[in-house]
Amino acid sequence: MTSELISLTAAETASKVASGEVSAVEVANAHLDRIGAVDERVHAFLYVDREGALAAADAVDKARAAGEQLSPLAGVPLALKDVMTQKGIPTTCGSKILEGWRPPYDATVTARLKAAGVVILGKTNMDEFAMGSSTEHSAYGPTHNPWDLDRIPGGSGGGSAAAVAAFEAPLAIGTDTGGSIRQPAAVTGTVGVKPTYGAVSRYGLVALASSLDQAGPCSRTVLDAALLQSVIAGHDPMDSTSVTDPVPDVVGAALRADVKGLKIGIVRELGGEGYQAGVRQRFDEAVTILEGLGAEIVEVSCPHFPYALAAYYLILPSECSSNLAKFDGVRFGIRVGEGDGDPSIEQVMGRTRAAGFGDETIRRIMLGTYALSAGYYDAYYGQAQKVRTLIQRDFAAAFAQADVLISPTAPTTAFKLGEKLDDPLAMYLNDVATIPANLAGIPGMSLPVGLAPEDGLPVGLQIMAPALADDRLYNVGAALEAALLQTWGHPILQEAPSL
Amino acid sequence: MSTSTADAVVPYDEVIAEFDPVLGLEVHVELGTNTKMFCGCPTEFGAEPNTQVCPVCLGLPGSMPAVNATAVESAIRIGLALNCKIATWCRFARKNYFYPDMPKNFQTSQYDEPICYDGYLDVDVETDEGMKTFRVGIERAHMEEDTGKTSHQGGATGRIHGADYSLVDYNRAGIPLIEIVTKTIEGTGKYAPEVARAYVTALREILRGLGVSDVKMEQGSLRCDANVSLRPSPDAKLGTRTETKNVNSLRSIERAVRYEMTRQAAVLRAGGTIIQETRHWHEDTGITTSGREKSDAEDYRYFPEPDLVPIAPDPAWVEKLRSELPENPAVYQARLQAAWGISDFDMMAVVRSGALDLVAETVALGADQAAARKWWVGELTRIANDRAVELTELPITPADVARVEALVGEGALNDKLARQVIEGVLAGEGSPDEVVAARGLAVVSDDGPLLEAIDAALAESPDVAEKIRSGKVAAAGAIVGAVMKATRGQADAGRVRELLLERLGVSE
Repeated sequence: MTSELISLTAAETASKVASGEVSAVEVANAHLDRIGAVDERVHAFLYVDREGALAAADAVDKARAAGEQLSPLAGVPLALKDVMTQKGIPTTCGSKILEGWRPPYDATVTARLKAAGVVILGKTNMDEFAMGSSTEHSAYGPTHNPWDLDRIPGGSGGGSAAAVAAFEAPLAIGTDTGGSIRQPAAVTGTVGVKPTYGAVSRYGLVALASSLDQAGPCSRTVLDAALLQSVIAGHDPMDSTSVTDPVPDVVGAALRADVKGLKIGIVRELGGEGYQAGVRQRFDEAVTILEGLGAEIVEVSCPHFPYALAAYYLILPSECSSNLAKFDGVRFGIRVGEGDGDPSIEQVMGRTRAAGFGDETIRRIMLGTYALSAGYYDAYYGQAQKVRTLIQRDFAAAFAQADVLISPTAPTTAFKLGEKLDDPLAMYLNDVATIPANLAGIPGMSLPVGLAPEDGLPVGLQIMAPALADDRLYNVGAALEAALLQTWGHPILQEAPSL
Repeated sequence: MSTSTADAVVPYDEVIAEFDPVLGLEVHVELGTNTKMFCGCPTEFGAEPNTQVCPVCLGLPGSMPAVNATAVESAIRIGLALNCKIATWCRFARKNYFYPDMPKNFQTSQYDEPICYDGYLDVDVETDEGMKTFRVGIERAHMEEDTGKTSHQGGATGRIHGADYSLVDYNRAGIPLIEIVTKTIEGTGKYAPEVARAYVTALREILRGLGVSDVKMEQGSLRCDANVSLRPSPDAKLGTRTETKNVNSLRSIERAVRYEMTRQAAVLRAGGTIIQETRHWHEDTGITTSGREKSDAEDYRYFPEPDLVPIAPDPAWVEKLRSELPENPAVYQARLQAAWGISDFDMMAVVRSGALDLVAETVALGADQAAARKWWVGELTRIANDRAVELTELPITPADVARVEALVGEGALNDKLARQVIEGVLAGEGSPDEVVAARGLAVVSDDGPLLEAIDAALAESPDVAEKIRSGKVAAAGAIVGAVMKATRGQADAGRVRELLLERLGVSE
């Protein structure tokens, strides 16, 4: 029973809970058991809220018994990335500096999940403050890829992707600043969506780079991601950058799954050199499948994409250096060195930050502080913003020729833990294909398109659509997913070694 | 590096003979909105520390600001009243620096895109050649959030050095502020201190008229920093400036500017250089002392606030706000001065005491302008000063004053009794009529008791009575005084005099 319950999709689970075939408490228990059985090895979770999860599940069962109308994801368990606040539940952002902090408020995403009867199992591991592509920058130790425990699960949202891939939860929330939802999805054989910037409220998402951050769904199927996005999306007055446009019908699009007559553009600059052979092979096969489904394949060029990574690594550290200034030991989190001598407040702030932040975080704070300094602002931050505009224009031109754009999500499959830890630039290159979407604020999805022949590890394909046209991702993604499922005969995660 | 407290100064006349002063004034106004700039917390003054806070104004991880629309409207109205241009598109910016009373360690402010810019305010100053108008250019007026308030505990001075520990109250953090910055104010010559004071006075009247702030300097809802520099002559390049803070009253603005001019002149005359620094004004000793050194190289790493969308006020809305602005205080003043027919000097006294609206209302309720001014600018201003409160905070209204004056006009009260009634109203004894009734304060108008008192007084002083009878009418004052004393002031002195002379068969 337990193994059956954990392998259900979110849509199936919700329907079984709604019909009374299983109780939400049974579903929650099955997942808590699974976490108990495998998470010591996967380390997807930083905190498991057994009590809270069971209480939430019980509330759903009671509501059902009382004849109340259940929302479409009521009773479905979910893993929440530890960058999102949940009232009374430890929120660390993978950092030592926030150790022991329990937020006094729910993020808007958290509040919407609770209101929809989604059962939050706990908080997932991540690179510190969402900076990284491997989860190795977590202060609490890395998460392991369920496909190969010696490999990285991607990052920064490796915990969320691994939890979904390891059947510890059918759904998870991730956040994506430069690829932190999509790249982990690609390397764990799961689905991850970064919605249009502003589609999902950032209120309660501990900011890394405010102009790039976006929360979104992680799941094992395209439809599940759509169901989750429709729960968390929508305008929020607490986040003035959240869009006021109506939420597109992503669930309807996932159910439609029809690419006939659609123009699909392959981005010339994302692929080729630097991309692993098996990644390119699976990507090319997927293109052939899409063509077979009736889509028209065109090649588009985005000439400024080669500058995206450089612009990103100026904008992100700049905003990050300011966003992380509040972590000073004065009001929350740890405080270091207060009793050592007779320190000034500045010294305590400095000691707290030096002890509380990891190397990658300090590196980016220093980069950003420098880039924003008087005399350098125009050359760095100002120039990067101009590149950002050029990338937006590249996308505009490309979307004049194609309804959606596709590329491999990541240049390689999951690499070994420790392999790139001492080489930040090599680590940064992992996000080369995902960063442009963040710079332009457009939505992107990664879904699995097979295993690379040379290492047997999952390969992800990225779909990108114009801003506010998130529904196109789901339509194309669901069509491709259905065709691949027919080819494979079973979901790809069944090929992962059992834990 | 820091200047000693016993700085040398040069007599003011000599400063003016040798130097040309240049001013720059920065005024911070706390808006009187019900909620803070970026969250829904209340803004009430004087609440228990850290009770008016939430995740946003505490800068908790994950929280985000959302702009208070009323604050934006107030900012635009202030800009319009100061003849500013209103930006069609502007953004907030982050000013990054670490300080424990700044919850986020950056202040959400505006930098190179202020909402209001390029305006002016004309102020009148009494000069040797009569009243003269100076035009003060307004560089910008922008929106920002206030910081929390730090208090240093233990230690003798209440300053951070030597304190045992510090406490921070975040109730003030996030209160909407408008910072109004002047262009350099030149050409004032010796009137620089008066122009500074007149500017802040006029600005305060405008803000009060707009109803956007309670503009209480002593509570910090209007704060002024005065930048002062000296140069050898008006065509020389600008000298190094100092920025004097902690100037908490209109009078101290004038004094602080004057002091700083005399201090800088002494430094320059001795061949020294002025250090660009923040200086603190000390109300009690009337001097400024060195604060932290402030160089232009201070780097706040400003960049556009990515958590807020740009503000693009609809031009039609701005025009609507413009059309709804209250009458300009200067025009309003000129109109009242003409109606009352009083001198510039008398009008200045009304304005400077902050009594203009109160006097106008009292007159509108039927009181004579001279009487209304006498009460508000004289007696009541004195009482307000004694109590260290604003005139408007006294528990007495223009209606009360007008009623007292009406009773005087009817002859029911004389001047002395009227003072007692005002005193009773201020003591919370009720309306003027209630005070009159409760205290039994009425002019004795029945001649019977007056005649009795007159006879008694005459009997007491037969010699005086004789003098009066013999035609020395001036001696009547002594008897009138005695009668007034006997009736505890409740008699109409004029009537007593009439009756007395009648009694003695003497005419004036």
